[in-house]
Amino acid sequence: MESKRKWAGASAITVTLLLSACGGGGPASSGGDFSGDKLVLAVLNDQSGIYKDASGPNSVKAVEMAVADYRTKYGDQAVVKKIEVTSTDHQNKPDIANTKASELYERGGADVILDVPTSSAALAVATQAKNHKKLFLDVSAATTALTGAQCNKYTFQWAYNTHLLATGTGATVTRNGGKKWTIIFPDYEFGQNMTKSFTTAVTKAGGTVQETIPTPFPNENFATFLTKAGSSNPDVIGTMQAGGDLINLVKQFNESGLKEKGVELAVGLMLINDIHSLGVEQFAGTLFTDPWYWNMDAEARAWADRFLAETGARPSFEHAGNYSAALQYLDAVQAAGTDDADAVVAKLEGKKVNDVFLRNGEIRAQDHSVVHDANLARVKKPADVKEDWDYEEIVAKIPAAEGFPPAEASGCSMKP
Amino acid sequence: MSAVLQYAVQGLAAGSFYALAALGLAVIFGVLGVVNFAHGAFYMLGAVATAVLLDTLDLPLWWSLLVVPVLMFGFGVVVERLLVQWLLRLDPLYNLLLTFGLTLVLVELVKQRYGVSGLPYRLPGGLRGRVDLAGVVLPRYQLFVLLFSVAVCVLVWLVMTRTRIGMIVRAATEKPELARALGINVGRWVTPVFGFGVALAGLAGVLAAPFRAITAEMGNNFAIILFAVVVIGGLGSIVGAVVAGFLVGLVEAFGQAYAPTFAQILIFVLMALVILIRPAGLFGRQEATA
Repeated sequence: MESKRKWAGASAITVTLLLSACGGGGPASSGGDFSGDKLVLAVLNDQSGIYKDASGPNSVKAVEMAVADYRTKYGDQAVVKKIEVTSTDHQNKPDIANTKASELYERGGADVILDVPTSSAALAVATQAKNHKKLFLDVSAATTALTGAQCNKYTFQWAYNTHLLATGTGATVTRNGGKKWTIIFPDYEFGQNMTKSFTTAVTKAGGTVQETIPTPFPNENFATFLTKAGSSNPDVIGTMQAGGDLINLVKQFNESGLKEKGVELAVGLMLINDIHSLGVEQFAGTLFTDPWYWNMDAEARAWADRFLAETGARPSFEHAGNYSAALQYLDAVQAAGTDDADAVVAKLEGKKVNDVFLRNGEIRAQDHSVVHDANLARVKKPADVKEDWDYEEIVAKIPAAEGFPPAEASGCSMKP
Repeated sequence: MSAVLQYAVQGLAAGSFYALAALGLAVIFGVLGVVNFAHGAFYMLGAVATAVLLDTLDLPLWWSLLVVPVLMFGFGVVVERLLVQWLLRLDPLYNLLLTFGLTLVLVELVKQRYGVSGLPYRLPGGLRGRVDLAGVVLPRYQLFVLLFSVAVCVLVWLVMTRTRIGMIVRAATEKPELARALGINVGRWVTPVFGFGVALAGLAGVLAAPFRAITAEMGNNFAIILFAVVVIGGLGSIVGAVVAGFLVGLVEAFGQAYAPTFAQILIFVLMALVILIRPAGLFGRQEATA
C-alpha cells in the first residue's frame, strides 16, 4: 500500500517533469483557472520539537486524508485533478515561519498554508498571507490576535483560541463548584494571556482568583510553588504550563497531597498526546477543554479509526482540525471553480459547517474565527480506561456561542 | 514559622538531588579537567533508560538504581575511549565543544526514537504518600531522594579521601608528574573515573524518573543549574558540589515562596556573588583550576 502510493507519487512527479521539460502545458483536464495547473496545500508546523506529537507529521497525514476524501467525493467532477500536499518545519520560531511562509507562497506555489502552531509564528504567517493575498488556515495556534487586532481577509483560525480554553475550563469548573482558584503560570506571553483570560472567565462565573503565581520558564522543580498555592486552601489550582513543564508540575502535584485534600487541578492547555505520553494514572481527574475528542461520538470515532490505521495513533484535536480545514478549503475551491484566493474566501465566509471536526460550526465572516461546539473533559481513572487512547470523559458541552467571544468584541477590522 | 520550616525542608530535598546530580560533573572536572557539557544528556539517558526498562522488562525502580548506573558506566567508558581521550591534551575548550556536540546528538537520537512528548513512569507503591515530620509535610519519595542522595555523596567522599584508589586518583590529578615519578600509572585511572562520573549522572536520572518529566530535553535546562552548583562549590571540589547543591536548593525554595518569578535567577545571582568574592568557588583551590 505504502510503496504503491510512493510509486504513484514518483511517477506523477516524473510525468510532470517530462511535461514541463517538453514545454507542454499541464494535463488538459485542469483548466486555466488554477495557478500552476495544480493545487498546493502546504502544512507548516513543528516537525521536530515539542509540538511534533500534537500536530507535526500526523497533521500532514490528516491533510492527505482530506485530499483523498475530496477525490472520492467528487471523482470526475473534481475541478482540480492535481493536488499536492507539502510539509515544512518552522521549528516554532517566528522568524523561520516568516521566511518559510514567504517561500511557500512565492516559489512553492502554495495556495494555502495550514496548521502553524505557536502564536508568534502564526502571526508572522498571517502577515505573509495578507501580503501575498493567499490563504492561511491556522489550526494549532491559540492567540486571539489572529482573529482580533491582527486579523486579515486571508487568515482563518480553525480550531480554538485562548478565550475558548479560559471560558471552557474556567467558567465551567467554577459553575460546577470550584469557586476559589489559584493560578500557576509560566511568566511569558502565552502564560500571562491565559491567566488574564482565566481570571476574567472565573470572576464572571461567580468565582474568585485568590492568587496568581508566576514561575520561570522552563522550570523543573515546582515543589514550593505548589505548597504556596495550596496554602490559601483553593478549590482549584489552575496551571497554564505546557509540555515538559506541565508534566513536571502534574507529577509533583500528585506527590504533594493536595489532591487528597480535595484540591482539583485544572489545566489551561492540554492535548491527548500529553496524557498518552505521561500515562492516564498521573493525570486522572484533571479537567481541561478539548475542542474535539476522537471518541466523542460515532462520526468522530469512525474517522479516528481511519487515522489510526494510517498513523498508528489516535488523532489529537489539532489533527482533526487540519483535516477539517483542508476538506472545507477543497470544498470551497470546488464551489468556486478556481484557486483564486478572493473567490475561495467568498465561498468560505459565513458558511455553516458540520463535519468530522466542526459541530454547529460557522466560518464567521466578520473576524474569520471558525466557531463550533467544544468539550470540557476530565481525564479518566486507569480502571475506567477500556482501550488504548481511551482517556477522556466529556463532562460538559461548551456551546459555540459561549466558548468563542462575539465577533463584535474581537476588535477585528478586515479593511486591507 | 512553620511555613519557613516547610520551605527549608523542601529546599534541602531539592538540594540533595542537585548535589547528587552535580557530583559526577565535579568528579570528571576534578580528575580529567574536562568541562563535561554532556552531563545533562547523560542524566536524561539515565531517566529514559529507567522508563524503557520498566516498560519493556518491568524492571522496578530498585533494580534500575543498580542496573542503569552500570550501563551508564559502560557508556561513559566507550565515550571516553572513542572521543574524549583524543582531546585531553589539548585546550579544555575542545572537550567542551565535543561534549556540547555530543549532547545535541544524544538529544536528537532520543527524540527520533521516543518522540518529544515524553515517556510515562509510575512511582512505586511503597514510595507514594507523604510523611509528616513534626508539622512539616514531605512526599515520601522526596524523603527517599534526600536520604539516598546524602548516602551516595558521603560514599563518594569516603572513597575519594579514605581509600587507596581515591588517593591515587587525587595524586594523579593534582601532581601528575610526581605521581608518575612514584610509579603510578596515571592514564589508567582516567577512563574509569570518566565512566564513574557518567554513572553518577545516570543515577540522578533514575532518581528523577518518578517526579520529573522524562523527555529528550529534560537535561538541557537542568544542566545549566548543575553548572551553577559546581561553579559555586568550586570546580572539581566534591565537598563544594554537595554544599553548593544544598545551598542552591534552599535559594530556589525560598525564591519560589517569596519571589516566584526570580526563583531561578536568584541561583545565578548567588553564583555571581560567589565568583566576585571567591573566584575559585566556595571550596575551590587554585591548583584545581590550573
